[in-house]
Amino acid sequence: MNQPPARSHPSADRPSPHFGSRAVSARRGGVHRTSLRRGRWLGYLFIVPALSVYLLFVIRPIFLTVQYSMYDWNGVTKATWVGVSNYLKVFADPTLYGPVLNAFELIIFFSFIPIVLGLVTAATVRRIAESRLAGLARTIVFIPQVIPLVAAGIIWSWLLASNGLVNQLLSVIGLGGITKAWLGDFGTALPAVGMIGAWVQLGLCTLLLLAGMSKIDASLYEAARLDGAGPLREFFAITLPSLRQEIVVCVTVTVIAALSSFDIIYISTQGGPGNSTLVPGLQIFYLAFSENRVGLASALAVTLMVLVLVVVLPIQLLAKEDKA
Amino acid sequence: MIASKRENLVGRILLILLMLWTLMPFVSLFVTALHKSGTYPAGVEWPADPQWGNFALAFGSAQMGALIWSSVQIVIGVVPISLVIATMAGYAIGHLRVPGHRLLLLLFVFGLTLPFEGIITPLYYQIRDFGLLNTRWAIILPLIGLFMPFSVYWMRAHFVNMPAELSEAAQVDGANRWQVFWRVHVPLARPALSSLGILLFLWTWNQFLLTVVLVNDPLKRTAAGALGAFQGQWGTDIPLLCAGSLLIMAPTLLVFFIFQRQFVAALLQGSMKG
Repeated sequence: MNQPPARSHPSADRPSPHFGSRAVSARRGGVHRTSLRRGRWLGYLFIVPALSVYLLFVIRPIFLTVQYSMYDWNGVTKATWVGVSNYLKVFADPTLYGPVLNAFELIIFFSFIPIVLGLVTAATVRRIAESRLAGLARTIVFIPQVIPLVAAGIIWSWLLASNGLVNQLLSVIGLGGITKAWLGDFGTALPAVGMIGAWVQLGLCTLLLLAGMSKIDASLYEAARLDGAGPLREFFAITLPSLRQEIVVCVTVTVIAALSSFDIIYISTQGGPGNSTLVPGLQIFYLAFSENRVGLASALAVTLMVLVLVVVLPIQLLAKEDKA
Repeated sequence: MIASKRENLVGRILLILLMLWTLMPFVSLFVTALHKSGTYPAGVEWPADPQWGNFALAFGSAQMGALIWSSVQIVIGVVPISLVIATMAGYAIGHLRVPGHRLLLLLFVFGLTLPFEGIITPLYYQIRDFGLLNTRWAIILPLIGLFMPFSVYWMRAHFVNMPAELSEAAQVDGANRWQVFWRVHVPLARPALSSLGILLFLWTWNQFLLTVVLVNDPLKRTAAGALGAFQGQWGTDIPLLCAGSLLIMAPTLLVFFIFQRQFVAALLQGSMKG
Protein backbone atom coordinates (compact mmCIF):
# COMPACT_ATOMS: atom_id res chain seq x y z
CA MET A 1 0.00 0.00 0.00
CA ASN A 2 2.54 2.59 -1.04
CA GLN A 3 0.17 4.69 -3.06
CA PRO A 4 -1.20 8.03 -1.97
CA PRO A 5 -4.62 7.60 -0.44
CA ALA A 6 -6.25 9.78 -3.06
CA ARG A 7 -5.22 7.38 -5.81
CA SER A 8 -6.23 4.14 -4.22
CA HIS A 9 -9.53 5.58 -3.12
CA PRO A 10 -10.52 8.05 -5.74
CA SER A 11 -14.06 8.77 -4.75
CA ALA A 12 -15.29 9.45 -1.28
CA ASP A 13 -18.73 8.13 -1.95
CA ARG A 14 -17.59 4.58 -2.67
CA PRO A 15 -19.01 2.29 -0.03
CA SER A 16 -16.18 1.11 2.17
CA PRO A 17 -16.47 -2.63 1.40
CA HIS A 18 -15.05 -1.88 -2.04
CA PHE A 19 -11.98 -0.25 -0.59
CA GLY A 20 -10.09 -3.43 0.13
CA SER A 21 -10.58 -5.09 -3.22
CA ARG A 22 -9.99 -1.91 -5.15
CA ALA A 23 -6.75 -1.38 -3.30
CA VAL A 24 -5.69 -4.91 -4.20
CA SER A 25 -6.34 -4.39 -7.87
CA ALA A 26 -4.63 -1.04 -7.66
CA ARG A 27 -1.52 -2.74 -6.40
CA ARG A 28 -1.79 -5.12 -9.32
CA GLY A 29 -1.51 -2.28 -11.82
CA GLY A 30 -1.07 1.36 -10.95
CA VAL A 31 -1.36 2.41 -14.59
CA HIS A 32 -4.89 1.11 -14.91
CA ARG A 33 -5.78 2.84 -11.71
CA THR A 34 -5.01 6.24 -13.26
CA SER A 35 -6.75 5.44 -16.48
CA LEU A 36 -9.86 4.40 -14.58
CA ARG A 37 -9.77 7.72 -12.82
CA ARG A 38 -9.49 9.65 -16.04
CA GLY A 39 -12.43 7.54 -17.20
CA ARG A 40 -14.60 9.25 -14.67
CA TRP A 41 -14.42 12.36 -16.79
CA LEU A 42 -14.56 10.49 -20.06
CA GLY A 43 -17.71 8.93 -18.67
CA TYR A 44 -19.55 12.13 -19.50
CA LEU A 45 -19.35 11.10 -23.14
CA PHE A 46 -21.60 8.18 -22.20
CA ILE A 47 -24.21 10.54 -20.80
CA VAL A 48 -24.17 13.17 -23.53
CA PRO A 49 -26.62 11.50 -25.96
CA ALA A 50 -29.28 10.69 -23.35
CA LEU A 51 -28.84 14.03 -21.67
CA SER A 52 -29.13 16.02 -24.89
CA VAL A 53 -32.42 14.49 -26.03
CA TYR A 54 -33.74 14.83 -22.50
CA LEU A 55 -32.73 18.48 -22.26
CA LEU A 56 -34.01 19.30 -25.73
CA PHE A 57 -37.36 17.50 -25.64
CA VAL A 58 -38.26 17.56 -21.96
CA ILE A 59 -36.38 20.13 -19.88
CA ARG A 60 -36.48 22.91 -22.48
CA PRO A 61 -40.25 22.50 -23.01
CA ILE A 62 -40.75 22.58 -19.24
CA PHE A 63 -39.04 25.96 -19.06
CA LEU A 64 -40.93 27.16 -22.12
CA THR A 65 -44.24 26.15 -20.54
CA VAL A 66 -43.38 28.24 -17.50
CA GLN A 67 -42.40 31.13 -19.80
CA TYR A 68 -45.56 30.89 -21.94
CA SER A 69 -47.68 30.80 -18.81
CA MET A 70 -46.76 34.41 -18.09
CA TYR A 71 -47.90 35.69 -21.47
CA ASP A 72 -51.15 36.29 -23.26
CA TRP A 73 -50.46 34.58 -26.58
CA ASN A 74 -52.64 33.16 -29.34
CA GLY A 75 -49.77 31.23 -30.89
CA VAL A 76 -49.46 33.50 -33.90
CA THR A 77 -49.26 37.22 -33.16
CA LYS A 78 -46.97 38.93 -30.69
CA ALA A 79 -47.33 37.80 -27.08
CA THR A 80 -47.99 40.25 -24.26
CA TRP A 81 -46.54 39.85 -20.80
CA VAL A 82 -49.28 39.41 -18.22
CA GLY A 83 -47.37 38.19 -15.18
CA VAL A 84 -49.29 35.80 -12.96
CA SER A 85 -52.73 36.77 -14.23
CA ASN A 86 -53.11 33.45 -16.09
CA TYR A 87 -52.59 31.65 -12.79
CA LEU A 88 -55.17 33.84 -11.09
CA LYS A 89 -57.59 32.80 -13.82
CA VAL A 90 -56.78 29.13 -13.23
CA PHE A 91 -57.76 29.49 -9.59
CA ALA A 92 -60.81 31.68 -10.22
CA ASP A 93 -62.43 30.24 -13.32
CA PRO A 94 -64.51 27.08 -12.73
CA THR A 95 -63.83 25.89 -16.29
CA LEU A 96 -60.14 25.80 -15.29
CA TYR A 97 -60.11 24.60 -11.69
CA GLY A 98 -63.14 22.38 -12.30
CA PRO A 99 -61.05 19.93 -14.34
CA VAL A 100 -58.53 19.77 -11.49
CA LEU A 101 -61.30 18.83 -9.08
CA ASN A 102 -62.57 16.24 -11.56
CA ALA A 103 -59.09 14.74 -11.74
CA PHE A 104 -59.04 14.41 -7.97
CA GLU A 105 -62.42 12.72 -8.05
CA LEU A 106 -61.03 10.28 -10.60
CA ILE A 107 -58.45 9.20 -8.00
CA ILE A 108 -61.29 7.40 -6.20
CA PHE A 109 -61.81 5.26 -9.28
CA PHE A 110 -58.29 4.99 -10.66
CA SER A 111 -56.62 4.37 -7.29
CA PHE A 112 -58.89 3.68 -4.38
CA ILE A 113 -61.24 1.12 -5.94
CA PRO A 114 -58.55 -0.92 -7.76
CA ILE A 115 -56.31 -1.00 -4.69
CA VAL A 116 -59.07 -2.04 -2.29
CA LEU A 117 -60.45 -4.64 -4.68
CA GLY A 118 -56.90 -5.71 -5.52
CA LEU A 119 -56.11 -6.19 -1.84
CA VAL A 120 -59.23 -8.26 -1.27
CA THR A 121 -58.61 -10.37 -4.36
CA ALA A 122 -54.92 -10.88 -3.70
CA ALA A 123 -55.52 -11.81 -0.07
CA THR A 124 -58.19 -14.30 -1.08
CA VAL A 125 -56.23 -15.99 -3.84
CA ARG A 126 -52.88 -15.85 -2.02
CA ARG A 127 -52.99 -19.57 -1.13
CA ILE A 128 -53.69 -20.67 -4.65
CA ALA A 129 -51.29 -18.21 -6.29
CA GLU A 130 -49.28 -21.11 -7.72
CA SER A 131 -52.24 -22.93 -9.24
CA ARG A 132 -52.82 -23.17 -12.98
CA LEU A 133 -55.97 -21.13 -12.72
CA ALA A 134 -54.01 -18.32 -11.08
CA GLY A 135 -51.39 -18.58 -13.80
CA LEU A 136 -54.06 -18.12 -16.43
CA ALA A 137 -55.61 -15.25 -14.48
CA ARG A 138 -52.21 -13.58 -14.27
CA THR A 139 -52.14 -13.31 -18.04
CA ILE A 140 -55.79 -12.41 -18.51
CA VAL A 141 -56.01 -9.61 -15.98
CA PHE A 142 -52.98 -7.98 -17.56
CA ILE A 143 -54.62 -7.45 -20.93
CA PRO A 144 -56.03 -4.01 -20.01
CA GLN A 145 -52.49 -2.86 -19.28
CA VAL A 146 -51.29 -3.94 -22.70
CA ILE A 147 -53.96 -2.51 -24.98
CA PRO A 148 -53.93 1.23 -25.71
CA LEU A 149 -56.07 3.32 -23.36
CA VAL A 150 -57.78 4.53 -26.51
CA ALA A 151 -59.02 1.00 -27.09
CA ALA A 152 -60.26 0.78 -23.50
CA GLY A 153 -62.12 4.03 -24.12
CA ILE A 154 -63.73 2.75 -27.32
CA ILE A 155 -64.72 -0.58 -25.79
CA TRP A 156 -66.28 0.96 -22.72
CA SER A 157 -68.04 3.73 -24.61
CA TRP A 158 -69.90 0.95 -26.31
CA LEU A 159 -70.49 -1.07 -23.12
CA LEU A 160 -71.84 1.97 -21.30
CA ALA A 161 -74.02 3.14 -24.20
CA SER A 162 -77.79 3.15 -23.77
CA ASN A 163 -78.15 -0.29 -25.36
CA GLY A 164 -74.75 -1.60 -24.33
CA LEU A 165 -73.84 -4.59 -22.23
CA VAL A 166 -74.01 -2.77 -18.88
CA ASN A 167 -77.64 -1.81 -19.33
CA GLN A 168 -78.43 -5.23 -20.74
CA LEU A 169 -77.06 -6.88 -17.59
CA LEU A 170 -78.89 -4.42 -15.37
CA SER A 171 -82.17 -5.28 -17.09
CA VAL A 172 -81.50 -8.98 -16.65
CA ILE A 173 -81.14 -8.62 -12.88
CA GLY A 174 -84.30 -6.54 -12.72
CA LEU A 175 -82.72 -3.10 -12.53
CA GLY A 176 -84.05 -2.04 -15.91
CA GLY A 177 -85.36 1.13 -14.29
CA ILE A 178 -81.94 2.68 -13.76
CA THR A 179 -80.54 2.05 -17.22
CA LYS A 180 -79.29 5.12 -19.04
CA ALA A 181 -76.56 6.36 -21.33
CA TRP A 182 -74.01 6.43 -18.53
CA LEU A 183 -71.45 8.57 -20.32
CA GLY A 184 -74.03 11.10 -21.50
CA ASP A 185 -75.60 11.88 -18.13
CA PHE A 186 -74.30 14.81 -16.08
CA GLY A 187 -74.61 12.83 -12.86
CA THR A 188 -72.97 9.60 -13.97
CA ALA A 189 -70.46 10.56 -16.66
CA LEU A 190 -67.49 11.13 -14.36
CA PRO A 191 -67.99 7.93 -12.32
CA ALA A 192 -68.55 6.06 -15.59
CA VAL A 193 -65.26 7.35 -16.97
CA GLY A 194 -63.73 6.45 -13.63
CA MET A 195 -64.94 2.87 -14.01
CA ILE A 196 -63.00 2.59 -17.24
CA GLY A 197 -59.90 3.62 -15.30
CA ALA A 198 -60.71 1.11 -12.58
CA TRP A 199 -61.00 -1.62 -15.19
CA VAL A 200 -57.56 -0.71 -16.58
CA GLN A 201 -55.82 -0.50 -13.20
CA LEU A 202 -57.36 -3.42 -11.31
CA GLY A 203 -55.21 -6.14 -12.86
CA LEU A 204 -51.94 -4.32 -12.31
CA CYS A 205 -52.77 -3.54 -8.68
CA THR A 206 -53.91 -7.09 -7.95
CA LEU A 207 -50.77 -8.64 -9.38
CA LEU A 208 -48.43 -6.16 -7.70
CA LEU A 209 -50.08 -6.82 -4.35
CA LEU A 210 -50.08 -10.56 -4.94
CA ALA A 211 -46.37 -10.46 -5.75
CA GLY A 212 -45.84 -8.57 -2.50
CA MET A 213 -47.83 -11.12 -0.54
CA SER A 214 -45.78 -13.98 -1.89
CA LYS A 215 -42.75 -12.41 -0.19
CA ILE A 216 -44.36 -12.53 3.25
CA ASP A 217 -42.94 -15.26 5.46
CA ALA A 218 -45.43 -18.14 5.52
CA SER A 219 -44.58 -18.95 9.14
CA LEU A 220 -46.20 -15.67 10.15
CA TYR A 221 -49.50 -16.97 8.85
CA GLU A 222 -49.04 -20.34 10.50
CA ALA A 223 -48.38 -18.64 13.81
CA ALA A 224 -51.49 -16.52 13.38
CA ARG A 225 -53.55 -19.61 12.57
CA LEU A 226 -52.27 -21.35 15.67
CA ASP A 227 -53.31 -18.31 17.69
CA GLY A 228 -56.78 -18.80 16.25
CA ALA A 229 -56.80 -15.77 13.96
CA GLY A 230 -59.39 -15.82 11.20
CA PRO A 231 -58.79 -14.61 7.65
CA LEU A 232 -59.86 -11.09 8.58
CA ARG A 233 -57.48 -10.74 11.55
CA GLU A 234 -54.78 -12.34 9.46
CA PHE A 235 -55.31 -9.72 6.77
CA PHE A 236 -55.12 -6.71 9.05
CA ALA A 237 -52.39 -8.01 11.34
CA ILE A 238 -50.00 -9.53 8.80
CA THR A 239 -50.86 -8.95 5.18
CA LEU A 240 -51.66 -5.26 5.15
CA PRO A 241 -48.65 -4.04 7.20
CA SER A 242 -46.23 -6.10 5.11
CA LEU A 243 -47.47 -4.59 1.88
CA ARG A 244 -46.66 -0.95 2.47
CA GLN A 245 -44.07 -0.87 -0.27
CA GLU A 246 -46.42 -2.38 -2.86
CA ILE A 247 -49.34 -0.21 -1.83
CA VAL A 248 -47.20 2.89 -2.19
CA VAL A 249 -46.28 1.78 -5.70
CA CYS A 250 -49.92 1.16 -6.63
CA VAL A 251 -50.96 4.51 -5.23
CA THR A 252 -48.19 6.35 -7.07
CA VAL A 253 -48.81 4.74 -10.44
CA THR A 254 -52.59 5.06 -10.33
CA VAL A 255 -52.68 8.58 -8.90
CA ILE A 256 -50.41 9.80 -11.69
CA ALA A 257 -52.69 8.02 -14.18
CA ALA A 258 -55.75 9.75 -12.68
CA LEU A 259 -54.31 13.25 -12.50
CA SER A 260 -52.81 13.14 -15.99
CA SER A 261 -55.62 11.20 -17.66
CA PHE A 262 -56.29 12.13 -21.27
CA ASP A 263 -56.74 9.22 -23.69
CA ILE A 264 -59.78 7.58 -22.11
CA ILE A 265 -61.69 10.82 -21.72
CA TYR A 266 -60.74 12.20 -25.12
CA ILE A 267 -62.23 9.06 -26.66
CA SER A 268 -65.26 8.42 -24.48
CA THR A 269 -66.74 11.83 -23.57
CA GLN A 270 -64.45 14.62 -24.88
CA GLY A 271 -64.95 16.18 -21.47
CA GLY A 272 -68.73 16.32 -21.66
CA PRO A 273 -71.59 16.45 -21.09
CA GLY A 274 -71.01 20.10 -20.30
CA ASN A 275 -67.67 20.11 -18.52
CA SER A 276 -68.59 17.26 -16.23
CA THR A 277 -65.71 14.99 -17.26
CA LEU A 278 -63.20 17.63 -18.29
CA VAL A 279 -59.73 16.96 -16.85
CA PRO A 280 -56.62 19.19 -16.89
CA GLY A 281 -54.89 17.26 -19.68
CA LEU A 282 -57.86 17.61 -21.99
CA GLN A 283 -58.47 21.26 -21.07
CA ILE A 284 -54.81 22.07 -21.82
CA PHE A 285 -55.27 20.43 -25.21
CA TYR A 286 -58.44 22.40 -25.97
CA LEU A 287 -57.05 25.72 -24.76
CA ALA A 288 -53.79 25.40 -26.65
CA PHE A 289 -54.94 23.85 -29.90
CA SER A 290 -58.63 24.76 -30.37
CA GLU A 291 -59.01 28.07 -28.58
CA ASN A 292 -55.46 29.33 -29.19
CA ARG A 293 -55.07 30.53 -25.62
CA VAL A 294 -51.52 29.28 -25.25
CA GLY A 295 -50.71 31.30 -22.14
CA LEU A 296 -53.69 30.05 -20.22
CA ALA A 297 -53.07 26.46 -21.37
CA SER A 298 -49.49 26.74 -20.12
CA ALA A 299 -50.55 28.09 -16.73
CA LEU A 300 -52.84 25.10 -16.35
CA ALA A 301 -50.01 22.84 -17.53
CA VAL A 302 -47.63 24.21 -14.90
CA THR A 303 -50.36 23.78 -12.29
CA LEU A 304 -50.81 20.16 -13.34
CA MET A 305 -47.08 19.39 -13.25
CA VAL A 306 -46.70 20.96 -9.80
CA LEU A 307 -49.82 19.19 -8.57
CA VAL A 308 -48.53 15.77 -9.60
CA LEU A 309 -45.22 16.42 -7.84
CA VAL A 310 -46.93 17.74 -4.71
CA VAL A 311 -49.16 14.68 -4.51
CA VAL A 312 -46.58 12.05 -5.43
CA LEU A 313 -43.52 13.24 -3.47
CA PRO A 314 -45.04 12.80 0.02
CA ILE A 315 -46.17 9.30 -0.94
CA GLN A 316 -42.64 8.47 -2.06
CA LEU A 317 -41.11 9.88 1.12
CA LEU A 318 -43.50 7.70 3.09
CA ALA A 319 -42.07 4.66 1.31
CA LYS A 320 -38.48 5.74 1.92
CA GLU A 321 -39.09 6.21 5.64
CA ASP A 322 -40.55 2.77 5.80
CA LYS A 323 -37.46 1.23 4.23
CA ALA A 324 -35.01 2.97 6.54
CA MET B 1 -57.56 -27.90 6.43
CA ILE B 2 -61.29 -27.69 5.87
CA ALA B 3 -61.27 -23.95 6.45
CA SER B 4 -58.47 -23.48 3.97
CA LYS B 5 -60.24 -25.63 1.39
CA ARG B 6 -63.26 -23.42 1.57
CA GLU B 7 -61.02 -20.37 1.26
CA ASN B 8 -59.44 -21.88 -1.82
CA LEU B 9 -62.84 -22.34 -3.37
CA VAL B 10 -63.71 -18.71 -2.67
CA GLY B 11 -60.37 -17.77 -4.17
CA ARG B 12 -61.08 -19.74 -7.34
CA ILE B 13 -64.49 -18.16 -7.74
CA LEU B 14 -62.98 -14.73 -7.25
CA LEU B 15 -60.32 -15.41 -9.86
CA ILE B 16 -62.92 -16.52 -12.36
CA LEU B 17 -65.01 -13.41 -11.66
CA LEU B 18 -61.93 -11.25 -12.14
CA MET B 19 -61.18 -12.89 -15.46
CA LEU B 20 -64.79 -12.47 -16.58
CA TRP B 21 -64.70 -8.81 -15.59
CA THR B 22 -61.58 -8.39 -17.71
CA LEU B 23 -62.75 -10.42 -20.69
CA MET B 24 -66.43 -9.52 -20.97
CA PRO B 25 -65.70 -6.20 -22.70
CA PHE B 26 -63.70 -8.02 -25.36
CA VAL B 27 -66.44 -10.58 -25.85
CA SER B 28 -68.95 -7.79 -26.28
CA LEU B 29 -66.61 -6.07 -28.75
CA PHE B 30 -66.14 -9.25 -30.74
CA VAL B 31 -69.81 -10.16 -30.89
CA THR B 32 -70.76 -6.63 -31.88
CA ALA B 33 -68.16 -6.66 -34.62
CA LEU B 34 -70.08 -9.52 -36.24
CA HIS B 35 -73.31 -7.58 -36.62
CA LYS B 36 -74.35 -6.06 -39.91
CA SER B 37 -72.36 -2.91 -40.62
CA GLY B 38 -74.35 0.24 -39.93
CA THR B 39 -76.82 -1.42 -37.54
CA TYR B 40 -77.05 -0.59 -33.86
CA PRO B 41 -77.01 -3.93 -32.01
CA ALA B 42 -78.08 -4.37 -28.41
CA GLY B 43 -75.55 -5.50 -25.80
CA VAL B 44 -74.20 -9.00 -26.28
CA GLU B 45 -76.29 -10.90 -28.76
CA TRP B 46 -74.95 -13.46 -31.17
CA PRO B 47 -76.05 -12.26 -34.62
CA ALA B 48 -78.26 -14.53 -36.71
CA ASP B 49 -76.00 -13.96 -39.65
CA PRO B 50 -72.40 -13.27 -38.45
CA GLN B 51 -70.72 -10.75 -40.72
CA TRP B 52 -67.16 -12.03 -40.79
CA GLY B 53 -66.62 -9.72 -43.71
CA ASN B 54 -66.63 -6.76 -41.31
CA PHE B 55 -63.04 -7.51 -40.43
CA ALA B 56 -62.01 -7.38 -44.06
CA LEU B 57 -64.08 -4.23 -44.51
CA ALA B 58 -62.45 -2.54 -41.50
CA PHE B 59 -59.03 -3.73 -42.61
CA GLY B 60 -59.55 -2.12 -45.97
CA SER B 61 -61.24 1.12 -44.92
CA ALA B 62 -58.75 1.82 -42.14
CA GLN B 63 -55.78 0.88 -44.34
CA MET B 64 -54.74 -1.38 -41.51
CA GLY B 65 -51.61 -2.63 -43.20
CA ALA B 66 -50.24 0.89 -43.62
CA LEU B 67 -51.23 1.77 -40.05
CA ILE B 68 -49.38 -1.12 -38.54
CA TRP B 69 -46.34 -0.51 -40.70
CA SER B 70 -46.31 3.12 -39.51
CA SER B 71 -46.39 2.01 -35.87
CA VAL B 72 -43.63 -0.47 -36.53
CA GLN B 73 -41.48 2.26 -38.06
CA ILE B 74 -42.03 4.48 -35.03
CA VAL B 75 -41.12 1.64 -32.68
CA ILE B 76 -37.97 0.96 -34.70
CA GLY B 77 -37.12 4.65 -34.45
CA VAL B 78 -37.68 4.90 -30.71
CA VAL B 79 -36.79 1.66 -28.97
CA PRO B 80 -33.25 0.71 -30.14
CA ILE B 81 -31.87 4.26 -29.81
CA SER B 82 -33.49 4.71 -26.41
CA LEU B 83 -32.03 1.42 -25.21
CA VAL B 84 -28.51 2.26 -26.37
CA ILE B 85 -28.30 5.80 -25.03
CA ALA B 86 -30.09 4.98 -21.77
CA THR B 87 -27.73 2.05 -21.20
CA MET B 88 -24.72 4.28 -21.75
CA ALA B 89 -26.05 6.95 -19.41
CA GLY B 90 -27.12 4.41 -16.80
CA TYR B 91 -23.63 2.88 -16.98
CA ALA B 92 -21.91 6.24 -16.51
CA ILE B 93 -24.16 7.22 -13.61
CA GLY B 94 -24.47 3.85 -11.89
CA HIS B 95 -21.12 2.20 -12.60
CA LEU B 96 -18.51 4.76 -13.64
CA ARG B 97 -20.05 7.22 -11.20
CA VAL B 98 -18.79 10.28 -12.97
CA PRO B 99 -18.41 13.36 -10.75
CA GLY B 100 -21.86 14.78 -10.15
CA HIS B 101 -23.56 11.45 -10.85
CA ARG B 102 -26.05 12.02 -8.07
CA LEU B 103 -27.10 15.36 -9.44
CA LEU B 104 -27.45 13.87 -12.90
CA LEU B 105 -29.58 11.04 -11.55
CA LEU B 106 -31.75 13.55 -9.74
CA LEU B 107 -32.17 15.51 -12.97
CA PHE B 108 -33.44 12.41 -14.75
CA VAL B 109 -35.60 11.27 -11.82
CA PHE B 110 -37.24 14.69 -11.85
CA GLY B 111 -38.83 13.77 -15.16
CA LEU B 112 -40.27 10.47 -13.91
CA THR B 113 -43.66 11.81 -12.88
CA LEU B 114 -44.00 14.39 -15.65
CA PRO B 115 -47.43 14.36 -17.29
CA PHE B 116 -46.89 14.63 -21.05
CA GLU B 117 -49.68 17.22 -21.24
CA GLY B 118 -47.46 19.53 -19.21
CA ILE B 119 -45.06 20.10 -22.08
CA ILE B 120 -47.17 19.32 -25.12
CA THR B 121 -47.76 22.99 -26.01
CA PRO B 122 -44.13 24.11 -26.33
CA LEU B 123 -43.31 20.75 -27.86
CA TYR B 124 -45.73 21.53 -30.66
CA TYR B 125 -44.06 24.86 -31.45
CA GLN B 126 -40.61 23.31 -31.14
CA ILE B 127 -41.46 20.50 -33.55
CA ARG B 128 -43.06 23.02 -35.89
CA ASP B 129 -39.90 25.15 -35.87
CA PHE B 130 -37.86 22.04 -36.68
CA GLY B 131 -40.19 21.53 -39.65
CA LEU B 132 -41.11 18.07 -38.40
CA LEU B 133 -44.86 18.41 -37.87
CA ASN B 134 -46.79 15.63 -39.55
CA THR B 135 -43.77 13.38 -39.83
CA ARG B 136 -42.98 10.29 -37.78
CA TRP B 137 -39.96 12.15 -36.37
CA ALA B 138 -42.43 14.38 -34.52
CA ILE B 139 -43.32 11.34 -32.43
CA ILE B 140 -39.98 9.55 -32.41
CA LEU B 141 -37.69 12.33 -31.18
CA PRO B 142 -39.81 13.65 -28.28
CA LEU B 143 -40.62 10.10 -27.18
CA ILE B 144 -36.94 9.22 -26.90
CA GLY B 145 -36.50 12.26 -24.68
CA LEU B 146 -39.62 11.53 -22.64
CA PHE B 147 -38.53 7.92 -22.09
CA MET B 148 -35.09 8.91 -20.79
CA PRO B 149 -36.06 9.49 -17.13
CA PHE B 150 -37.44 6.00 -16.71
CA SER B 151 -34.91 4.28 -18.98
CA VAL B 152 -31.84 5.86 -17.43
CA TYR B 153 -33.22 5.24 -13.95
CA TRP B 154 -33.91 1.62 -14.87
CA MET B 155 -30.47 0.93 -16.37
CA ARG B 156 -28.73 2.77 -13.56
CA ALA B 157 -30.52 0.49 -11.09
CA HIS B 158 -28.96 -2.44 -12.91
CA PHE B 159 -25.43 -1.05 -13.21
CA VAL B 160 -25.25 0.23 -9.66
CA ASN B 161 -25.21 -3.40 -8.52
CA MET B 162 -22.41 -4.49 -10.83
CA PRO B 163 -19.15 -4.93 -8.91
CA ALA B 164 -16.33 -2.54 -9.84
CA GLU B 165 -13.95 -5.53 -9.96
CA LEU B 166 -15.59 -6.61 -13.17
CA SER B 167 -14.39 -3.58 -15.11
CA GLU B 168 -11.02 -3.61 -13.44
CA ALA B 169 -10.42 -7.22 -14.34
CA ALA B 170 -11.33 -6.49 -17.95
CA GLN B 171 -9.05 -3.46 -18.02
CA VAL B 172 -6.20 -5.47 -16.63
CA ASP B 173 -6.79 -7.83 -19.53
CA GLY B 174 -6.17 -4.89 -21.82
CA ALA B 175 -9.69 -3.95 -22.81
CA ASN B 176 -10.30 -0.26 -23.43
CA ARG B 177 -13.16 1.67 -21.91
CA TRP B 178 -15.58 1.09 -24.76
CA GLN B 179 -14.76 -2.61 -24.90
CA VAL B 180 -15.34 -2.96 -21.17
CA PHE B 181 -18.75 -1.42 -21.63
CA TRP B 182 -19.74 -3.15 -24.83
CA ARG B 183 -18.21 -6.61 -24.35
CA VAL B 184 -18.53 -7.05 -20.58
CA HIS B 185 -21.35 -4.92 -19.23
CA VAL B 186 -23.90 -4.84 -22.03
CA PRO B 187 -24.13 -8.64 -22.32
CA LEU B 188 -24.59 -8.87 -18.57
CA ALA B 189 -27.36 -6.26 -18.73
CA ARG B 190 -29.42 -8.33 -21.16
CA PRO B 191 -32.29 -9.16 -18.75
CA ALA B 192 -32.67 -5.52 -17.69
CA LEU B 193 -32.46 -4.46 -21.34
CA SER B 194 -35.10 -6.87 -22.58
CA SER B 195 -37.58 -5.82 -19.89
CA LEU B 196 -36.95 -2.20 -20.73
CA GLY B 197 -37.34 -2.96 -24.41
CA ILE B 198 -40.75 -4.54 -23.82
CA LEU B 199 -41.93 -1.55 -21.78
CA LEU B 200 -40.70 0.98 -24.33
CA PHE B 201 -42.33 -0.97 -27.16
CA LEU B 202 -45.67 -0.92 -25.34
CA TRP B 203 -45.49 2.74 -24.40
CA THR B 204 -44.55 3.73 -27.93
CA TRP B 205 -47.20 1.59 -29.59
CA ASN B 206 -49.88 2.93 -27.24
CA GLN B 207 -48.79 6.58 -27.27
CA PHE B 208 -51.76 8.78 -28.07
CA LEU B 209 -51.32 12.40 -26.99
CA LEU B 210 -48.22 13.12 -29.08
CA THR B 211 -49.75 11.64 -32.20
CA VAL B 212 -53.01 13.55 -31.80
CA VAL B 213 -51.22 16.86 -31.40
CA LEU B 214 -48.24 16.49 -33.69
CA VAL B 215 -49.37 14.27 -36.55
CA ASN B 216 -52.57 14.76 -38.53
CA ASP B 217 -52.16 11.93 -40.99
CA PRO B 218 -53.37 8.68 -39.36
CA LEU B 219 -51.00 6.75 -41.61
CA LYS B 220 -48.02 8.37 -39.89
CA ARG B 221 -49.27 7.74 -36.38
CA THR B 222 -48.84 5.08 -33.72
CA ALA B 223 -51.44 2.34 -33.44
CA ALA B 224 -53.22 4.14 -30.61
CA GLY B 225 -53.29 7.40 -32.54
CA ALA B 226 -54.60 5.63 -35.61
CA LEU B 227 -57.31 4.02 -33.53
CA GLY B 228 -58.35 7.47 -32.32
CA ALA B 229 -58.62 8.67 -35.91
CA PHE B 230 -60.51 5.53 -36.85
CA GLN B 231 -63.03 6.22 -34.11
CA GLY B 232 -63.46 9.78 -35.35
CA GLN B 233 -64.19 8.52 -38.83
CA TRP B 234 -66.27 5.41 -38.12
CA GLY B 235 -67.61 6.24 -34.65
CA THR B 236 -71.21 6.01 -35.81
CA ASP B 237 -70.87 2.58 -37.37
CA ILE B 238 -70.58 0.54 -34.21
CA PRO B 239 -69.96 -2.93 -35.74
CA LEU B 240 -67.25 -1.61 -38.03
CA LEU B 241 -65.67 0.38 -35.19
CA CYS B 242 -65.58 -2.75 -33.04
CA ALA B 243 -64.03 -4.79 -35.84
CA GLY B 244 -61.41 -2.10 -36.47
CA SER B 245 -60.56 -1.79 -32.79
CA LEU B 246 -60.02 -5.52 -32.51
CA LEU B 247 -57.79 -5.50 -35.58
CA ILE B 248 -55.66 -2.62 -34.31
CA MET B 249 -55.28 -4.32 -30.94
CA ALA B 250 -54.50 -7.70 -32.46
CA PRO B 251 -50.74 -7.22 -33.01
CA THR B 252 -50.10 -6.07 -29.43
CA LEU B 253 -52.26 -8.83 -28.03
CA LEU B 254 -50.45 -11.37 -30.18
CA VAL B 255 -47.03 -10.15 -29.03
CA PHE B 256 -48.34 -10.09 -25.47
CA PHE B 257 -49.54 -13.70 -25.56
CA ILE B 258 -46.27 -14.89 -27.07
CA PHE B 259 -44.11 -13.08 -24.50
CA GLN B 260 -46.66 -13.01 -21.67
CA ARG B 261 -44.23 -14.10 -18.98
CA GLN B 262 -41.72 -11.40 -19.90
CA PHE B 263 -44.46 -8.79 -20.28
CA VAL B 264 -45.99 -9.41 -16.89
CA ALA B 265 -42.57 -9.50 -15.22
CA ALA B 266 -41.48 -6.32 -17.00
CA LEU B 267 -44.65 -4.42 -16.15
CA LEU B 268 -44.54 -5.46 -12.53
CA GLN B 269 -40.86 -4.61 -12.14
CA GLY B 270 -41.40 -1.46 -14.15
CA SER B 271 -43.98 -0.09 -11.79
CA MET B 272 -42.06 -1.20 -8.72
CA LYS B 273 -39.06 0.80 -9.82
CA GLY B 274 -40.81 3.66 -11.49
